[in-house]
Amino acid sequence: MEFIIISLVKAALVAAVLLTLAAYLVWIERKVLAHIQLRVGPYRVGPNGLLQPLADLVKLVTKEGVMPAQVNRFYYLLAPFLAVALALVSISVIPFGTEIEVFGIKTYMGLADVNIGLLVILAISAVSVYAIALGGWASNNKYALLGGLRSAAQMISYELPMSLAIASPLLLANTLSLREVAEAQAGFYFGFLPRWHIFQMPMPQLIAFAVFLVAGFAETNRVPFDLPEAENELVAGFHTEYSSTCFAAFFTAEYVNMVTISALATHLFLGGWNPIVPEPVAGLVPVFLFLAAAAALFFHGLNSVSTRPWDKYSFPVVGVVALGLAGIFALAFLPLPGPLASIAAALHPLFWFCAKVGVILFLFIWVRGTLPRFRFDQLMKFAWTFLFPVAIVQLLATALMVALVK
Amino acid sequence: MDAILFLLFAAIAVACGINLVVQTHPISSALSLIGVMASLAVLYLLLGAEFMAAAQMIVYAGAIMVLFVFTIMLLNAGAEHKKGRSVIARLLGVPALIGFLGLVSFLIQSLLPRSEEVRFGAFTGGTAQAIGKKLFTGYLLPFEVTSVLILVAILGAVVLARKEI
Amino acid sequence: MPTTVPLNWYLILSAILFGLGIAGFIFRRNIITVFMSIELMLNAVNLSFISFSYQLRQVDGHIFSFFVMVVAAAEAAVGLAIILTVFKNRATLAIDDVSSMKN
Repeated sequence: MEFIIISLVKAALVAAVLLTLAAYLVWIERKVLAHIQLRVGPYRVGPNGLLQPLADLVKLVTKEGVMPAQVNRFYYLLAPFLAVALALVSISVIPFGTEIEVFGIKTYMGLADVNIGLLVILAISAVSVYAIALGGWASNNKYALLGGLRSAAQMISYELPMSLAIASPLLLANTLSLREVAEAQAGFYFGFLPRWHIFQMPMPQLIAFAVFLVAGFAETNRVPFDLPEAENELVAGFHTEYSSTCFAAFFTAEYVNMVTISALATHLFLGGWNPIVPEPVAGLVPVFLFLAAAAALFFHGLNSVSTRPWDKYSFPVVGVVALGLAGIFALAFLPLPGPLASIAAALHPLFWFCAKVGVILFLFIWVRGTLPRFRFDQLMKFAWTFLFPVAIVQLLATALMVALVK
Repeated sequence: MDAILFLLFAAIAVACGINLVVQTHPISSALSLIGVMASLAVLYLLLGAEFMAAAQMIVYAGAIMVLFVFTIMLLNAGAEHKKGRSVIARLLGVPALIGFLGLVSFLIQSLLPRSEEVRFGAFTGGTAQAIGKKLFTGYLLPFEVTSVLILVAILGAVVLARKEI
Repeated sequence: MPTTVPLNWYLILSAILFGLGIAGFIFRRNIITVFMSIELMLNAVNLSFISFSYQLRQVDGHIFSFFVMVVAAAEAAVGLAIILTVFKNRATLAIDDVSSMKN
C-alpha cells in the first residue's frame, strides 16, 4: 500500500514537472530562436513573455476543435491521444538521481527501476511512430498522408543507427538498467577526466554520441529532420487538420519526446547524475553558477535598456530566485539535522542531471536556429549510406576493444 | 494480481484478434494486430520473458507492423468489397472454429499433466544476458543461418521492389 | 477469486488466437489482411513457446520465438514487396482477382 501511495505521489510530481517543462520549453525555444535571429521573442504576455505558455494553453484549449468531413472519428482522435500517452510513459523508466530519504521513507528518484529500462524506451519509441502515421492517415488529407508516410519511413530508418549507437555504451556498462548505466560512469581518470562513456576507456564513445544525437533529432522530428511537418512543402504535415486540444497533444508529445531523448543521452553518454569535476569542487559548482547568474541578472536589471521597461523589475526578481537556489545548494555544506541533510545531498545529483539535460535541450534549439531542412531523399541517403555504416563500424570497434581489454 | 492481469490482457488479445478478422478495412486490422501484440508482450512479462516482451514490441509492433501500415497507406487500400461467398462456408465456418477451439482446449486440459500456476517472478531466466548466452553458444549455427535468411530476404525485397520487373 | 491462473490457460489463449488467425486467413479477401492473419498465427505460436519455456524453466523457448520473429521479419519484407508488385501490375489487393493461373 505504501508503495502505491509513494508511486502515485512520484508520478504526479514527475507529470506536473514534465508538462510544465514542456510548456516552458516552447517559451525557451521561441526566446532562444529569437535571440539567434536578433529578435526579442515573446514579450507581451507577462514580464518578458513568461506567461506566454499559459496564454498559448488557454488559446489552444478554448479554440473550437474542427473535425474534417469524412474522417474516421475513432482513429482521428486516437492518434493525438496515443502520441501524448506514449511520450509520457517512456519517461517513467528514466531515473533522475540516486536514492533519497525523505522523512524516513527511502525511495528511488525515478518512477520505476526496471532492469530492462532501455529496451522499454526503445519499445515505446518504436510504437510511437503509429501516432504520427495514424494521425496523417486519419486526417483524410493528402498533405497529412504524405507527412505520415514520411514520418513512418524516417522513424524506421533512424531507429537502426539509434539502436546501434545505444548498443555500444551498453557494451561498456554491461547492463540494460539505466540506473546501473549511470552508476557505471562514476569516478575520474587521473583525478580530473570524468569516466563518462564519451570519455571512457577502452573506447571513448564520441562517435556513438554523435550518431545518437543525429538519430535522436530524426526520431523526435526536429529540424533539420522535420520532414513530416515541413511547412513549406506539406502545409503542416501530419497535423495539418488537427486543431485545438488535439494539436496541443501532438505539440506536447514532441517536446516531451525531446526531454526523453535528452535524458537518455545524458544517461548513456554523459554520465547521468555524476558531476563533471571531482567532489569538493563539484559541490561548489551549482552554488557559484547560481551566484553568477544572480549577479548578471542584477547587473542587467539595474542597467536595463529603456526600450524594455519590464527588465527593471523582472531581472532582479529572477536574480533573487537564483540567489535562493544558490543558498539551497550551499546547504549541503552546513551541518544540518537528518532529513534536511539527506534532501540537500540528493539535490546535487538532480542538479547535474538537469544541467546535462538542459544543455542537450539547448542544443536541440540551437540546431533548429542554425541548420536548414534536409530534402527527403537526402535524409534517407544520409541514414542508410552514412549514419548506419558509421554506427556499425563504431559498434564493432567498441566490441573489439571491450573484448581485448576486459 | 497475476490472474487479473492475465484475464485483462487475454481479453484484450482475443477482442483485438476477433476485430482483426471481422474488420473490412486493412488499417483497422493492422491496429488490432498491434493490440494483440502489445497484450501478448504483457503476458510475456508475466511469464518472465522480459527480453522477449521488449523484442516483441520493438521487432513485431515497431518494425514489422510499421511496414504493414506503411504499405497500406502507400497503396491507399480501401475497405474490402463483399464478394459472393459460399453459403456453406459462411454457415459452417464459425461453428467449426468454435468446435476446433473447444477440442483443442479439451485436449490441453485433459492430455497435458496438471500444469502449475503461473506466478510472476517464479522464472527469471528470460533476461537479455541468459538469452544472449544461449543464442551465441547452443544456437550459434541457427543464428548464423537466420542472418543469411535475412540477407536473402533483403535482396529479394530490393529486387521485387525495383521499377522494372 | 484465485490470484494466479494455471499455465494451461495461456496455452488455450494461444489456441484461440491461432484459430482466429486461421479464420482470418480463410475468410478475408484482402492480401494484406490475409498476411496479417499469418502474423497472428505466428504470434500465437510464440505465446505457447514462451509458456512451455516457463513450464520447463529453460530459456530455449525464448530462443525459438526469437527465431520465429526473425523469420516473420524476413517474411514481411519479401511478402510486402510481392504485394507491392502485385498492386503495381494489377491495381488490386483482392486475392480473388489475382487468378491468372486459373484460366
